[in-house]
Amino acid sequence: MFNAVFSQLILVLTLIKIFFNLKGEIMRKSLFMVLSSILLIVGGQAAFSGGHSVTLDDVKARGNLLCGVSTGAPGFATIDDSGKDVGFDVDYCRALAAAIFGDPMAVKFVGLTSAVRFTALAAGEVDILARNTTWTYSRDTDLKQTFLGVNYYDGQGFMVKKDLGVNSTLELDGATVCIQVGTTTELNLADYFKENGMSYEPVPTADNAESQQQYLAGACDTYTTDASALHGTRVNLENPDDHLVLPEIISKEPLGPLVRHGDDNWADIGRWVLNALIIAEEKGITQSNIDSWKDTKDAEIHRLLGTGDDDILAMVGLPKNAMYNAIKAGGNYGEIFENNLGATSGINIERGVNASWTKGGILYSPPFR
Amino acid sequence: MKASAPPKIESFKLSMLLSDTRYRGTSLQVITFIIFVAVFFWLVDNTLKNLALLGKDVSFNFLFLRAGYDINQRLIPYNSDSTHGRAAFVGILNTLLVALVGCFFATILGLFVGILRLSKNWLVAKLMSIYIEGFRNVPVLLWIVMIFALLTEFTPAPKAFKGADPQATMLLFDSIAVTNRGTYFPAPIFGEGSFWLLLSFILSVLIVIFIKKYANKQKNETGKNLPTFWISILIIILPTLGFYFLLGKPISLEYPYLKGFNFKDGIHLRNSFLALTLALALYTSAFIAEIVRAGILAISKGQTEAAASLGLRPNKIMNLIILPQALRIIVPPLISNYLNLTKNSSLAIAVGYMDVRGTLGGITLNQTGRELESMLLLMGFYLCVSLLISSVINYYNRSFQIVVR
Repeated sequence: MFNAVFSQLILVLTLIKIFFNLKGEIMRKSLFMVLSSILLIVGGQAAFSGGHSVTLDDVKARGNLLCGVSTGAPGFATIDDSGKDVGFDVDYCRALAAAIFGDPMAVKFVGLTSAVRFTALAAGEVDILARNTTWTYSRDTDLKQTFLGVNYYDGQGFMVKKDLGVNSTLELDGATVCIQVGTTTELNLADYFKENGMSYEPVPTADNAESQQQYLAGACDTYTTDASALHGTRVNLENPDDHLVLPEIISKEPLGPLVRHGDDNWADIGRWVLNALIIAEEKGITQSNIDSWKDTKDAEIHRLLGTGDDDILAMVGLPKNAMYNAIKAGGNYGEIFENNLGATSGINIERGVNASWTKGGILYSPPFR
Repeated sequence: MKASAPPKIESFKLSMLLSDTRYRGTSLQVITFIIFVAVFFWLVDNTLKNLALLGKDVSFNFLFLRAGYDINQRLIPYNSDSTHGRAAFVGILNTLLVALVGCFFATILGLFVGILRLSKNWLVAKLMSIYIEGFRNVPVLLWIVMIFALLTEFTPAPKAFKGADPQATMLLFDSIAVTNRGTYFPAPIFGEGSFWLLLSFILSVLIVIFIKKYANKQKNETGKNLPTFWISILIIILPTLGFYFLLGKPISLEYPYLKGFNFKDGIHLRNSFLALTLALALYTSAFIAEIVRAGILAISKGQTEAAASLGLRPNKIMNLIILPQALRIIVPPLISNYLNLTKNSSLAIAVGYMDVRGTLGGITLNQTGRELESMLLLMGFYLCVSLLISSVINYYNRSFQIVVR
């Protein structure tokens, strides 16, 4: 980088000389300098580096976390009446910010549409993407991203108006389907209708809000996206009872936060904040009782909350009480789920497979040691 | 006194490249060119290095992979098993369709409005001013979204056509259905023998053109008007009608009908297409109208007065005297408006119209993560189309410019 700047400097100076000092002797020198600086530029290793810095240092230096969230997915990321960001994905980012800074409010949320989210992450506009994004092979490998785990096991569903008289997705032959562009749901939709020998007409939309508007205007018969988002959308409609989320789930959609390839330490931090929230639920540590575990005999809890002698969080560059702060911010996984998606929120999504493995679900964190 | 020695031919020195005015211009150009190339290569090199740092390479192989997504409006066969390359091509055709139809209507409308704005009728002139200022001064994206919203919110759903006493009915003898998913028109079906029918029709048209030319020639030479109008109409209609029945009605219309959730058959113009084309045409027509007005006003008033003194009526003056001269002024700025319309069509994504920006630059880019490659291809495409449009119109422009002898 120094090389490039230096040679550009020479170039500019030389050009100035050429135009203001047209004398033979100097000319010859200048010509030589121009040519040599060109050689420097072409031959020199002049690449501005884009990816070697450590994300954690950047975040700490900036003083806040840049978290990419949905532009409006009820239950996952929305803005409440007082203008505050709320939601399942939002709470995860707050926990991460609390782990780093001890302050759950040290996050700046960046609303991203499904079409621009990966570009924004790759370009460094956000540090982490928690935007109900499905973990797939090609996104993990070809798009050069690292998924940190699954924070919600979802699947693609369909919502219809009740007066359409449709009770199963298999009755949707010939239907017009509203779908957000650039999502995995788009590919699942094509595959599902093809497998079942049905035809459909896609109506591509930019985001959830536009899909919803098109669906309500009747420009499409059915709206398809992740079932969790459909449930969230439905309860916010004027007459939720006029709409029906069809029972079929046509795909696996494991949603999770993700970061760029190449900064394993940063990925570890994000992954273990998520795991800490899951372990906290497993162990019964909640936002309100978190301070009452100082005398527990469970060594894992001491490691997790930083109340023991070991300071294992120093390994990733976090303070000893980072996970304590993370859990304190919005509660454990179960509390975050309840507040944003469960009964407390009004969206009323059952825990189902998203329950802890100790309660019949498939949520399972590796041990914290 | 000694005769002055013949001027000594100075031997060439390297420094003369910059000190000598004979060479300086050229050598400075060469230097600038070298710098330009170097900066360009440095940028490319820098990009590639940074991509390598991110672990990405530059590859266009994704164009040959299965796309996996469906596109609603396709002018060529395409399904989710087709390649990303074909999806891009479907998008390109959709872009060109909007550009062509949009330019066509923008020109006609622009010409019309531009002339009417010069009308002596106060109301007409003011109405046209309002039209022009309204469309010209609001961003085209807003017009696109607005027209799309009107089309989807205020038209009946296909469901409304159902039942014994439907809320909505089809227009024009049950042939056109306007719904909130688009408008369905009857589609022509070309049966056996339609080739001969079309051939006879084209022949009739050619004969009419020949007659018109002959009549014009007669008029130029003798000043006599030949009655061509009714003859032309007979020549076009009679043989075509005769062949139509002789060949057993080879061309029929396929009417759209309601089946299941939607109308089937017929030509389906989606609301996204209608909104985009309409908005672009209206928006651009406002600019074209101003160009037309400028072109007409630039023709000196003396021309109108001279024509009037010869006894020509106002619309003849416009068609025969003013417009042909005004065209020379109108056409060059018209090109840039055609280019603008074509490039503005990339706003299609706002209404979910699957143009090349929506397929290659939207879904393909998103599913494959090949941002750089997709964007380069897109830029290359728009560049080629723009250059093509300008060269075609420049050629047309040259054909009627005044030849300076």
